[in-house]
Amino acid sequence: MSYIMIFISAIFVNNIVLSQFLGICPFLGVSKNSSTAAGMGMAVMFVMTLSTIATYLAYHLLLIPYHLEFMITVVFILIIASLVQMVEIILKKVSPALYQALGIFLPLITTNCAVLGIAILAVQKDYNLTHAVCYALANAIGFTLAIVLFAGLRERININALPHAMRGTPITLITAGLLSLAFMGFAGIGN
Amino acid sequence: MSNQSYENLTRGIIKENPTFVMLLGMCPTLGVTTSAANGLGMGLATLFVLILSNFAISLVKNVIPDMVRIPCYIVIIASFVTVVDLLMAAYLPSLHARLGIFIPLIVVNCIILGRAEAFASKNTIWQSVLDAVGMGIGFAGALTLLGIMREILGMGSVFGWKFVAEDADTMMLFIMPPGAFLALAGLVIVFNKITGAGK
Amino acid sequence: MSKPASTLKNMILAMTIVAGLSALILSISYRITQEPIKKAQDKKKLEAIQAVLPPDYDNNPYQERLTISGSNIELYPARQGTKITSVAMKTYSNNAFSGRLELIVGFLLDGTITDYKVVSHKETPGLGSKVTEEKFARQLRGFNITKQKLKVKQDDGDIDAVTSATISSRAVLDAIQRAYDNYIKFSTLGN
Repeated sequence: MSYIMIFISAIFVNNIVLSQFLGICPFLGVSKNSSTAAGMGMAVMFVMTLSTIATYLAYHLLLIPYHLEFMITVVFILIIASLVQMVEIILKKVSPALYQALGIFLPLITTNCAVLGIAILAVQKDYNLTHAVCYALANAIGFTLAIVLFAGLRERININALPHAMRGTPITLITAGLLSLAFMGFAGIGN
Repeated sequence: MSNQSYENLTRGIIKENPTFVMLLGMCPTLGVTTSAANGLGMGLATLFVLILSNFAISLVKNVIPDMVRIPCYIVIIASFVTVVDLLMAAYLPSLHARLGIFIPLIVVNCIILGRAEAFASKNTIWQSVLDAVGMGIGFAGALTLLGIMREILGMGSVFGWKFVAEDADTMMLFIMPPGAFLALAGLVIVFNKITGAGK
Repeated sequence: MSKPASTLKNMILAMTIVAGLSALILSISYRITQEPIKKAQDKKKLEAIQAVLPPDYDNNPYQERLTISGSNIELYPARQGTKITSVAMKTYSNNAFSGRLELIVGFLLDGTITDYKVVSHKETPGLGSKVTEEKFARQLRGFNITKQKLKVKQDDGDIDAVTSATISSRAVLDAIQRAYDNYIKFSTLGN
């Protein structure tokens, strides 16, 4: 599979949030305004790419040689959790500016199922290392695109009058549904 | 049963329903509920992990130092998820195949770590198990309800039993991704109307 | 009992004990479930093989399975005595609507398809998933690959695609064609 197809497929056709349903929690929770959404997107991009490299190596150098594939869940979540902690500590020391921008999102990322999900999917799909990295990066871009678009929509909805029962969660979900419907227009590209 | 126990058991079912009120564990909620059976299966798997993890964590809560609390909880939860994953692959292979990636992802379901941190790490074993049962039933119930609704609208069937003609046109939208969001929105509106929440 | 303080020694001790217990539980449940998991996977393949082959063989095709070199395609020969009468093959297509589609198909030696069973797919329920249903499958039974054109009508072939699921229909035909091509390659090399 060519690199371009991995990107198009992950960003538009099988968007991680809107059609694979990974990372819904931050998608609904951290999308009240565009700039926070963009910050979350950047943090996910950073962590998802790094963690996919780390988990990919752990899977192929550790789990497969010792036939421990069934430990995948335990090992991957531990790697991701410690990686996030480490990134947080290193960023704080090395680049306070970047830490200011991304720091508050990092603790939330450990329980972001998109990161674990993509790490598992990347090894399930039998990619080689460069394909796996591209796959992770492409999905992270897809996540950022979806959450930024969604935050933009929510900012506008907030200034409209709504029936009582629709306020809050329901209108948020309906907006997400319409966005997902729009992304279905990309279905079938590349086939 | 004392008042306290009753309160802990029922809290998760309506008042603090993890799906409709707290909006936790949204990924499996939206991802697997294309049919009632899938929703029920996912709900029961989560219920099972939740009971085990709440039990184990309230058991060890007094011997784990505070600083490494979260990593220890994650290891405990991930182990139980793997056990459930293996058991399902062995004895329910077709359900296991349909739920796919969402079984390992039970680890990062916010409900489980959330209940471990907010409840099991502070309460007795018995009360933690009651809390897990209540929350788990609330979650499984919500998933089953959403699955039933999407299956009826999208396929014209309930639990695989089809009540429309074989080639009838159904609202396919509801078993596709956008329909998941719309169906859940509908259920939340009804839930809010009934409980009077969201005012 | 009061909580132990967060000293380095206590933390390492606690983590080690938790990790050790977790490893114990996991290895026990892995041992218990390993056998049934393998059985469940074999059973699925075995049932599909029995369903697609004409029932006139007297060997166990699954036990005589071989993988065609340079591909992931498995071949299960059905024999009467020593003579091969038909073959079942596990094949796949990566051109499906979403993800990989795997199926087991049976051939008579003259290129006539006996039947096929989709063993795993990720197609949209209710649309693409209809390629597993009778209405589509009926056309392929008795279809001769050497005499007729194994393509959907949109591609000037002889098969009616499932309505609004042309891509999934193409994927099934692609998988069957791949199996047949590999069978030909195998039988010319092998004999």
